[in-house]
Amino acid sequence: MTKIETFVKEQANKYGKSRKSLMPILQEIVQKERFLSEEAMIAVAKELDLSTAEVYGTASFYTFLDTVPKGENIIRVCKTIACHMKGKDEIIEAIENTLNIKLGETTSDKKFSLLQANCLGWCHKGPVMLINDKVYPEITASKAIEIVEEYSNKN
Amino acid sequence: MEKKLLKKVDLIFEKCNCLNIIDKVLQRSGDDIILDIIDSGLKGRGGAGFPTGLKWKFAKNEEADQKYIVCNADEGEPGTFKDREILDRVPEKIFAGMAVCAKAIEATKGYIYLRGEYNFLLPALNEKLTVFNQAMKDRKFEFSIEMRSGSGAYVCGEETALLESMEGKRGEPRNKPPFPVAQGYLGKPTSINNVETLVFALAIMNIGPEKFKEFGTMDSRGSKVFSISGDTPKGGIYELELGMTIEDFVNEFGDGDTKAIQVGGASGFCVPRKHFKDTIIGFEGIPTGGSMMLFNSSRSMYNVLQDYLEFFEEESCGQCTPCRVGCQQLLKGILAVKRGEKPPAYLEELKKLSQTMKIASKCGLGQSVANPFNSIVNNFREEIIY
Repeated sequence: MTKIETFVKEQANKYGKSRKSLMPILQEIVQKERFLSEEAMIAVAKELDLSTAEVYGTASFYTFLDTVPKGENIIRVCKTIACHMKGKDEIIEAIENTLNIKLGETTSDKKFSLLQANCLGWCHKGPVMLINDKVYPEITASKAIEIVEEYSNKN
Repeated sequence: MEKKLLKKVDLIFEKCNCLNIIDKVLQRSGDDIILDIIDSGLKGRGGAGFPTGLKWKFAKNEEADQKYIVCNADEGEPGTFKDREILDRVPEKIFAGMAVCAKAIEATKGYIYLRGEYNFLLPALNEKLTVFNQAMKDRKFEFSIEMRSGSGAYVCGEETALLESMEGKRGEPRNKPPFPVAQGYLGKPTSINNVETLVFALAIMNIGPEKFKEFGTMDSRGSKVFSISGDTPKGGIYELELGMTIEDFVNEFGDGDTKAIQVGGASGFCVPRKHFKDTIIGFEGIPTGGSMMLFNSSRSMYNVLQDYLEFFEEESCGQCTPCRVGCQQLLKGILAVKRGEKPPAYLEELKKLSQTMKIASKCGLGQSVANPFNSIVNNFREEIIY
């Protein structure tokens, strides 16, 4: 059994082997691997006795359940109106320049992916970004660079 | 029309002894609890405004071996962040509100569906839930709550899409009827209530419906938590009595140069300055899930509309054609008008399309795109064209 198959089996045992456990299991995999590989989705299908198309079909619906490889740290900058008004474009530009990637891309060392997200629910404290599950409200371009560099120095 | 002055209220965040209230509620019959909620006039605080007491009554009247209560914490409406604040500051009151509902409708299992963007709240919520679930056990009240997470889909805030997601499927809204109170989670009767609604239900159990009714107007009882953002020096969370005029609101929260206010988030209505005086915030005027976004004269309303349409175009689940294609075409349409590729009269065609979406879309997402579209195009036509 491969590493991911073992992990999926553990999750299926934890959450139960019915369809309603699909989301929590996929979320656990993404938490660990940052995306859903084909291998992972096939393993889930096997464990829950679903077709792989059902698993992929469900996963592909959700923005946070990526099916293409992503970096170790996923940066999501809020792009909706209030953050837009407060300068999210400058934040994105600053991070793009720091990481040397464009929006939507992943760094070559696979450490960061830079994405935009719809309203993150911090409109009074924009601009805001999420790195993985952690939230950073009221950022400036220089603050954003500082935060990203902190992550970059952590191995 | 009945109006109220702007008044700050503190029912949601005020400290209270939740377990004492639960103990009192457990002595009462389900019908009795529901009568109080109906009497209070409480309407859902998520945006749709369905009478909470009626929803509970329908769920109670269903015969079933299992019923559920689901707390909708999938707060995704742009401009809304009040549920995050409630989940962060007074989670025990949400749990207790769910227990009140569970007692009323005879549910034994509760879920809180939290949007994935708020996952940082999970550790604290899970910790507090362990304590709460044990407290219910100690009282021999068969009820427990579990957390469920979303994964970044706005449409999952629609109650039937939320249920689909909980069942491990794509978050595509179901046809209604049957309504969730009859066939909800796993086909069982389910009451789905917004975070804030549940806390108000608890408050009503605590202070009684009469006291609750002292706030607000005939059609809009009680108070409401507002998420205030945009061009304002005082952005944040405020609990205010329902029924005030937008003029009063803007006098308090505006920056002195407010030209328009978007009430109810991207799917709500844009009110221009000339209508501030005669528009009431409440179910008799413009209802809101709490989002109040202010725009001053430096803002282009074209940009605001484009931003909203991009949002809907991305978040439409794609299941029904009017919404999927409609959102795309409205966005393309205003871009074409702006670029001069289509004449200004084309906006009339687009308005007709948004009306079609209102009639023909399957869920609230597609049905409400006409709200921002028409209110912005009608009031700021010039800015859309030039």
